[in-house]
Amino acid sequence: MTTDDLLTVSQFSVSYDVTPPVEAVRDVSLTVRRGEILGLAGESGCGKTTLAYGIQRLLKPPAVITSGSAVFHDESGEDFDINTMDETQMRAFRWEKASMVFQGAMNALNPIITIGAQLQDVFSTHRPAMSRTERRAEAGRLLDIVGVGSGRLRSYPHELSGGMRQRVMIAMALALKPQLMIMDEPTTALDVLVQREIIEQISDLRREFGFSVIFITHDLPLLLEISDRIAVMREGRIVEIDTARNLYQNPTHDYTRRLLASFPSLTGERGGFVRRPGEPALAVEAGSI
Amino acid sequence: MTTLEFTNVSKKYRVRGSGELLALDKVNFTLTSGQTIALVGQSGSGKSTIAKILTQLERVSSGQVLLDGTPIPTWGRPLRRYRQTVRMVFQDPFASLNPAHTIRHHIERPLRLDKVVPADQVEEEVFRLLTRVRLSPEQTIDRRPHELSGGQRQRVAIARALASRPKLLIADEPVSMLDVSIRLEVLNLLAELQREANLGVLYITHDLATARHFSDEIMVLHHGTVVEHGKADDVILHPQHAYTLALRNASPDPEKHFAAPTTPGATS
Repeated sequence: MTTDDLLTVSQFSVSYDVTPPVEAVRDVSLTVRRGEILGLAGESGCGKTTLAYGIQRLLKPPAVITSGSAVFHDESGEDFDINTMDETQMRAFRWEKASMVFQGAMNALNPIITIGAQLQDVFSTHRPAMSRTERRAEAGRLLDIVGVGSGRLRSYPHELSGGMRQRVMIAMALALKPQLMIMDEPTTALDVLVQREIIEQISDLRREFGFSVIFITHDLPLLLEISDRIAVMREGRIVEIDTARNLYQNPTHDYTRRLLASFPSLTGERGGFVRRPGEPALAVEAGSI
Repeated sequence: MTTLEFTNVSKKYRVRGSGELLALDKVNFTLTSGQTIALVGQSGSGKSTIAKILTQLERVSSGQVLLDGTPIPTWGRPLRRYRQTVRMVFQDPFASLNPAHTIRHHIERPLRLDKVVPADQVEEEVFRLLTRVRLSPEQTIDRRPHELSGGQRQRVAIARALASRPKLLIADEPVSMLDVSIRLEVLNLLAELQREANLGVLYITHDLATARHFSDEIMVLHHGTVVEHGKADDVILHPQHAYTLALRNASPDPEKHFAAPTTPGATS
């Protein structure tokens, strides 16, 4: 195993143990390299969130990891196998080594506690030796890093805009300088200008701190711009994984092509899009819905 | 031919503590049958205020909204008749249909309330509308919304909007909650229905790419002011206003990003 790899997922499968069982993730193998942004693209129900939760062992019954492994290669050279750690080790591992920006992060903050206190919680749990003053200083510093500003420590979530709340969530995920950040649709609810700012911030922070990112979204054009490599998921499987450029210019799988064609080009030709009076309607073949 | 005209429309909201918020500032535009105007802008730019005024959920503070030269009614029977003419398709197909009622009920209601067809032809008309939005009437009519996919639900919402045979349709982010691979299909369906019925469509979105391809004109709204309004291609390819340019540059554009001479696969 080269030291360039941060996370190796092999033959990972997750089922929801209902009747009939749903195989949400099927035999997924992938590696996340140190410092790279790996995009995970797919539509709702394709298993991308289940996979992300699975590699953090955050799944709750009826979801079961039925096979496979996820091994995290720490900077120190130590390997952590996510399947064999006990609860205490897992608690220490999460956030310290790999943190997560959850889907709908804008609503993930506790509405009745100030954002300062919520940020300091991370330190009280993972850095019990820190004094209150240190915790507060560190929380302020994090807010400065993400551009919210330490002046907002005493603000409640409702006093911040959606974009700012999203940044607070990113600050929280950064708190312990993890080596991996999993971001599940972090900008989906935001408008394009705010989205662009946050994306640029994530890129800058990655350059500064060198962490890897698994970026989950259905927004393929966005992924193409920010990712080093992209994995396309469908029905629990990875159908194609390649560099962003290759995936865009030479997609090999039909589904990737279809997904790419679902996004009309902003400045280019019309693609599968119809409009203009008089033109015949050209239904885009999108399978059965 | 139906014409809807916004003349110097302003809307103020009273905000507790800080006085007034000018949500729309002297907005002017004209929407006619058969035409599609996309309304783009950030959250808070006033897009939804325009939709609310058009559906008379809000009144204008100053200025005039004219439908074929007459001010739009504000109450009673005339308002109901107006609302038959201007219909809305909402963003969230999971929230805009009543989970307790069948699809039949959803589409029958406007038909019966607006007496679009005689009572004995209602069933037939429901079938016709479902077929028009390419749903199988036999398979959908007695189902409830939770039994349908997001795309199917949005088709039901479109069928419901078309039931009263409106002249104008306001589509507020009609595909943003749908899975990406069916978004184009639903937009293409809307475009086709529009041509069939010669509808005027106001397409509210923040997706510049679909705005460009779906609409004849684009109107860019920023803090309640129309900063740019022109032919769709002109606005996107040659933006005149700094804000339009900022919006365009913030939108993902892989084609430009990879700046390759040819982009095989992008359009298959």
